[in-house]
Amino acid sequence: MAINIFFFFSSFTLLASPHTHTHVPTINDAGSVNFSANQSHFYLFFYLPGFFFTPNKGKDLFIIDNKMDSEWSDRWSHLKKILERTGPFTHSDFEPSPETFNFLQESFRILVVGAGGLGCELLKDLALLGVGNIDVIDMDIIDVSNLNRQFLFRPKDVGKSKAEVAAEFVNTRVLNYFDESFYRQFHMVVCGLDSIVARRWMNRMLVNLLNYEDGILDQASVIPMVDGGTEGFKGNARVITPGITACIECTLDLYPPQINFPLCTIAHTPRLPEHCIEYVRILMWPKEHPFGENVAIDGDDPSHIQWIYDKAIVRANVYSITGVTYRLTQGVVKRIIPAVASTNAVIAAACATEVLKIATSCCAPLNNYMNFSDTDGIYTYSFEAERKEDCLACSQIPQTLHFTEENKLRDIIDYLIESASFQMKSPAITTLISGKSKTLYMKTVKSIEEKTRENLKMSLKELGLSDGSEIYVADQTTPTSITFKLSLTSQMEK
Amino acid sequence: MELFLKIAFLRYIGIYLYNFFNSLSLSLSLSLSLIHTHKQHPFSEQTPRTNMETSTNTSTGTSEVSDKSNRYDRQLRLWGDHGQVCLEAAKICLINATATGTEILKNLVLPGIGSFTIVDGNKVTGADVGNNFFLTKDSIGMSRAQITTDLLMELNEEVSGDFVEELPEKLLENNQEFFNRFNLIIATNLQEKPLLQLASLLEASEIPLLICRSYGFIGYARLVVSDHTVIESHPDNSHQDLRLDRPFPGLVEFCDSQNLENMSKKEHSHTPWLVIIYKYLQKWKEENGGEMPKTYKEKTLLKEMIKNGMLKNENGITEEEENFEEAIRNVNTALVKTSIPSEVKKLFEDPTLQDINIDSKPFWIMLQAIKEFTENEGNGALPLRGTIPDMTADSNRYIQLQNVYRDQALKDADVVLHRVQDLLQRIGKEEPIITPKQVDLARKPPYCSITEQDVKLFCRNGSFLRVIHCRRLAEEYDPKTAKVQELAMQLGDEEDSDIVFYIMLRAADRFFEEYSRFPGWYNDQVEGDVYKLKTHVGKLLQELSLTSTLIKDDYIHEMCRYGASELHSIAAFMGGMLAQETIKIITGQFVPFNNTLIYNGMKQSTITVEL
Repeated sequence: MAINIFFFFSSFTLLASPHTHTHVPTINDAGSVNFSANQSHFYLFFYLPGFFFTPNKGKDLFIIDNKMDSEWSDRWSHLKKILERTGPFTHSDFEPSPETFNFLQESFRILVVGAGGLGCELLKDLALLGVGNIDVIDMDIIDVSNLNRQFLFRPKDVGKSKAEVAAEFVNTRVLNYFDESFYRQFHMVVCGLDSIVARRWMNRMLVNLLNYEDGILDQASVIPMVDGGTEGFKGNARVITPGITACIECTLDLYPPQINFPLCTIAHTPRLPEHCIEYVRILMWPKEHPFGENVAIDGDDPSHIQWIYDKAIVRANVYSITGVTYRLTQGVVKRIIPAVASTNAVIAAACATEVLKIATSCCAPLNNYMNFSDTDGIYTYSFEAERKEDCLACSQIPQTLHFTEENKLRDIIDYLIESASFQMKSPAITTLISGKSKTLYMKTVKSIEEKTRENLKMSLKELGLSDGSEIYVADQTTPTSITFKLSLTSQMEK
Repeated sequence: MELFLKIAFLRYIGIYLYNFFNSLSLSLSLSLSLIHTHKQHPFSEQTPRTNMETSTNTSTGTSEVSDKSNRYDRQLRLWGDHGQVCLEAAKICLINATATGTEILKNLVLPGIGSFTIVDGNKVTGADVGNNFFLTKDSIGMSRAQITTDLLMELNEEVSGDFVEELPEKLLENNQEFFNRFNLIIATNLQEKPLLQLASLLEASEIPLLICRSYGFIGYARLVVSDHTVIESHPDNSHQDLRLDRPFPGLVEFCDSQNLENMSKKEHSHTPWLVIIYKYLQKWKEENGGEMPKTYKEKTLLKEMIKNGMLKNENGITEEEENFEEAIRNVNTALVKTSIPSEVKKLFEDPTLQDINIDSKPFWIMLQAIKEFTENEGNGALPLRGTIPDMTADSNRYIQLQNVYRDQALKDADVVLHRVQDLLQRIGKEEPIITPKQVDLARKPPYCSITEQDVKLFCRNGSFLRVIHCRRLAEEYDPKTAKVQELAMQLGDEEDSDIVFYIMLRAADRFFEEYSRFPGWYNDQVEGDVYKLKTHVGKLLQELSLTSTLIKDDYIHEMCRYGASELHSIAAFMGGMLAQETIKIITGQFVPFNNTLIYNGMKQSTITVEL
């Protein structure tokens, strides 16, 4: 069994495990780490976080290769019954034989994205289902970029948080280190993420891998994705066959809109304890710099939360608002989503079962979306999510944006962020002006942002864009930029 | 070596899972670094947080140290500190440390159950290690109870665990008292006879029993609890309790103090929509002989009235007034007639209320008091909930309005409190009521007291009260009392109801009884077992007076294919669900399933039937 683990995050390099001395792995030139044989696959799980890394000399990708350990009698007897016997409900491709299990053990290779609550469960479940080659990307980075959601809650003119900067930094690295050929190595991808952005990114990556010849999809280029998500006592699991069934972008409207308190409420008519906390977070912090000029709020720093809590209490008292607690403060500042082990266990297990089905054809897979909730009894609901005809990701239909020449660049940006079918985070726009690439706006790099900020106020006409011009939009939600054709009318025509 | 590493990993996920949503790298690296110092408490170095947490937590009534509220932060947001107190006091027993059993326990140990005890007389086999995360290759041949206990305990040092290496069937014969020491018992892979024996034993001592099993792609669960009461059911959607149709004096007074005609523009556009609807409703009633708008058309007219009330600028163009827009949007829901939900009405008819006595649970005493309230002071309505939704308004008037509702709710709760006191006196309970301490209302007698807080909580949740009465297992298994019609309907109506697997599992047990092995256990007997199982299915259906044509042969084949295999992911699915059901029962929050659940991993579907 081999489990490969990839880390992007350099903070891990500082962690040394005291346990490594018992079994120091050797790192060869290829960045591949070999353990001596006769170790359980669980070894790897342990090394997942605590593994001793050398600082990244241009090498951020580590492969830990664990040799298959010696078998023992009956080890897979439960599983083999399912894989070696015929049944009335198997997929039509299913051929019961020991070969199926061997494929699962030897050849099948799966990428697990996310090693958090769901990811942890997934690793355990897949390993105990006989999956032999598991690669894990700890998408901690994308979890960090998940904090970009905070940005959504925040009025546009408030400065960037540290986390946001970190996220963009890492996103760039994801792009650099993992190109399409990396993802092509896998038979399947399973995601256990708590970030919608990360999911969308991965989904698009898999869609990008599709090959079309004369408009016909090359089946060999399809890498199925099993995706799970949880929140409190609710969760969902889904199977995505890129190019064939609904993808994440097809069903973007399934994600609930973010709750956003209007700034004027926060500033002038607070009514809820949350309004008071947001007041401190959004308006007082950038003004007072309680921990120094350039110190952004760190939700994990108790002194930061305490400061916000204390100030929020003061404000709440002014308005006789009750209910500001430390826990609420932390929840609002960190955008905490309640979570329990049990829901993660349920959803990860459903995903793992789907992986087994698709990998072995031992049963027809879920078609294609399952919702789960257990606040009132136990409830599941499955349905077939439908493809969106003009899906931004998986349709072959070119995207067109309709504006007038007098529209400002900001209008396009706002539209890309606010429109339900795009929901971008911080789109960067470039175009070709007389054959030369020109960046019209990019928020994520400070120096470019400063240089291009003025463009936001300029009309499309002033920027040299005309009807039929193409713009290229980059965003955290996609690994490659998206081409939009502009359909511009002049004000007169309108 | 292997054991050591597995333990190390267990420790890793144990700590990690508490923090898994602390998605910042900082918290992750913090939790990771703690692997090596697990004896120490995760956040023990962080003294600032400790001080602070204790100071802020005093209001919740617990003096739990900070590390606990950090460790359990994400779940405390779901069931609160009082739910956690119940959880940490709970003693759980698991019968048979199968993959399903240990997966359930895993999801109970992680959130910090008080203690667990595993009863299992089996030795670890190679196949066990292959599907059970809490066993190692080194442990083959050793006590399954012991090894799983050891490894489960590694997940959370707050949880204590022990084991009894004995076959549960034997223990049931020799030491029935043993089972009385637990708050809940989980039984996996127990045969019909000992199961019925255990169920009747626990019934006498009122201990909830959760039965569970994973079989191929199928999961089965049955809850046996005679009387489970829920105060905090946490419904996803609920109507607001605003009483616009029958305004209480405080509300009338407040609304009367507001004069829309006479306000500055700013005041006008910051008047809470509750007041706006109230005002226009009065107007409507004046014009319509005191009647409320009932039909869709009438409500639309009321909306028109409200719309016309919006301010206009000097050019006669209507100003944008968010509060009026909100009022229009809320007309339909705000005018829903105040009534007692049918679930609660049903509870008022519960026979338990006929016989409130000194041993009655606080739930029933408070329910009786609320019932009396609705018949007297409440004029047919429950005590006011006392909360209002957020709405566009200036801070001052919103808070005032909030207090108007809150004050009335407190008055109602106070009336209920007095009724509770009267009731207690009537049934001969002398104890004074007010002790500011958290008690577990779901617990069995003897109860010390009902606190004022309890009554307030009860009143706040008056519309959401729930009681689960599960049928006894013996009733289900006895053909005379079995819910044959329910089964017939399920099997007949929907061609592919998953309930077919209920019949299959019952038949497989009968098969086991006869042949001492499950159908399809051995590769070379699969075909032959199909016929044998079919015979048992036929017999069972006959006993239940069901026609055998209801079940397709395909299911019998599929069942034999499974050969009682326990797939890890099916076990993990059941493990997650049943841990949650356990938590519901222990905390008395959220609503458990009633009473039989089939999970079909092929379709990723579940079905719940009352059998």
